[in-house]
Amino acid sequence: MRRLVVRIGPPLVTLAVAVAIWALAVRWSGIEAYLLPPPAAVLDALVGGFADGSYWPHIAATVEESVIGFFVGSAIALSLGVMLAESRMFERFLFPLVVALQAMPKVALAPLILVWCGFGIESKVVLIVLICFFPLFVNVIVGLRSADQDLIDLCRASCASRWYIFRHVKLPSAAGSIFAGLQIGASLALIGAVVGEFVSSQRGLGYLIASSTVNMSVATMFAAAILLTVLGIVATEAVRWAHRLVVFWERSVGER
Amino acid sequence: MLNADGVGLVYQTQRGSITALGGVDLDVARGTFVSLIGSSGCGKSSLLKLFAGLMRPTSGALAVDGAAVTGPDPRIGIAFQKPTLMPWKTVLQNVLVPAEAQHRARAPSLRYAEELLEMVGLAGFARNYPRELSGGMQQRVGLARMLVHGPDVLLFDEPFAALDALTREELMVELQRLWLATTRTALFVTHSIAEAAFLSDRVLVMAPRPGRIASEIAVPFTRPRSLALMESVEFASVAGRIRRALDAAAGAP
Repeated sequence: MRRLVVRIGPPLVTLAVAVAIWALAVRWSGIEAYLLPPPAAVLDALVGGFADGSYWPHIAATVEESVIGFFVGSAIALSLGVMLAESRMFERFLFPLVVALQAMPKVALAPLILVWCGFGIESKVVLIVLICFFPLFVNVIVGLRSADQDLIDLCRASCASRWYIFRHVKLPSAAGSIFAGLQIGASLALIGAVVGEFVSSQRGLGYLIASSTVNMSVATMFAAAILLTVLGIVATEAVRWAHRLVVFWERSVGER
Repeated sequence: MLNADGVGLVYQTQRGSITALGGVDLDVARGTFVSLIGSSGCGKSSLLKLFAGLMRPTSGALAVDGAAVTGPDPRIGIAFQKPTLMPWKTVLQNVLVPAEAQHRARAPSLRYAEELLEMVGLAGFARNYPRELSGGMQQRVGLARMLVHGPDVLLFDEPFAALDALTREELMVELQRLWLATTRTALFVTHSIAEAAFLSDRVLVMAPRPGRIASEIAVPFTRPRSLALMESVEFASVAGRIRRALDAAAGAP
């Protein structure tokens, strides 16, 4: 408990000061409220949105897309990554292309995916899968390759099967790197969801932001951005928690 | 027990080929402790890896107990310079790795692993993780692990090189005790003249470029040997002979 206070206390103070400056700046600078609403207006929008229940469908939609996309993308990245790391053939034919693809900003494909997959949840999920896939995929390969050669030699000299070496040496060696990839994926999933919703949708926090531009409801845009931030924190903290739990032998992980 | 017959090993690198071993003949009799000593790059570790079945020779042949080496052999136990423990496994689980990899019966392996941990003085640490142990203790875990599947041949690749001098001497005595208790054939790669002279029946001095065995020194002391032996004139004389042989090997064209 004490540690928690020490950890989140100081940044909360900074946050409070920033909000105070924001409130004072809006009051004294004469900036129009429709351009920069005061913190109180954003709070009103937040409370109001929850009170009349209008935010829930948007939150649910964004969470649903992100979670499905994240898990599907991660599952594909894990299985393909394992295949590639374990097979020279796969590596020679596929890896350079994958690296080249990674350089492409996947959000550029959003309109195309929309055309192919329609306006429903499918197009968002596909976009998120694509975005989540690459960091984890690369991390899986790098992680599996980073296994200590002496450990592998020791197991080989003990007549261990390839499966034994994979299960007991390579996979645990890669675990830290895999979770790092999952953590990146968790935050990217939200970006994918929002971009997908920007392009076209009837629901979701991204849609809420996009639709708020039409009626210049800047406070709602702030509120949606805050909700997205909270979702992002929850998602990355969840992955980080799982990371600490699974990769218990890498102590430095827990300290941050 | 261990035989090498004209073993050559050539590495292909981007700058051409490197001859790591150029025709090594070697015979280690059953139940003897033989050290390979030599400067870096004389191929002593390569020779060990060849016996472990981790590499194939470019020419010549190797045999363990009369059978040609074609790959890893369950009758071999191996220890490296680093303890090479898995940080995600407890001490006991680490010791069990070779037994597990060879699908040996769980219950007897477990009993033997616990017995071995007691022998290396780590009985109370079975459930600890490697990071909670000192370097010397970790290396002891490695010694227990190399014995858990009851191998006939022990291969050591500079197992004490990363330890401080005091821990090293402690472990030398420990290793002698383990070896005497189990009397197995041992091939011990080292940089240390003291280790070689203290532990071995025979010391083979290797010369570099290409790696080969330059000379052999017999170590006559009876066992068990104590650390006090290292202060004796006889020990100094054996050590001196090994040093001169090493110098000659390094100077040789």
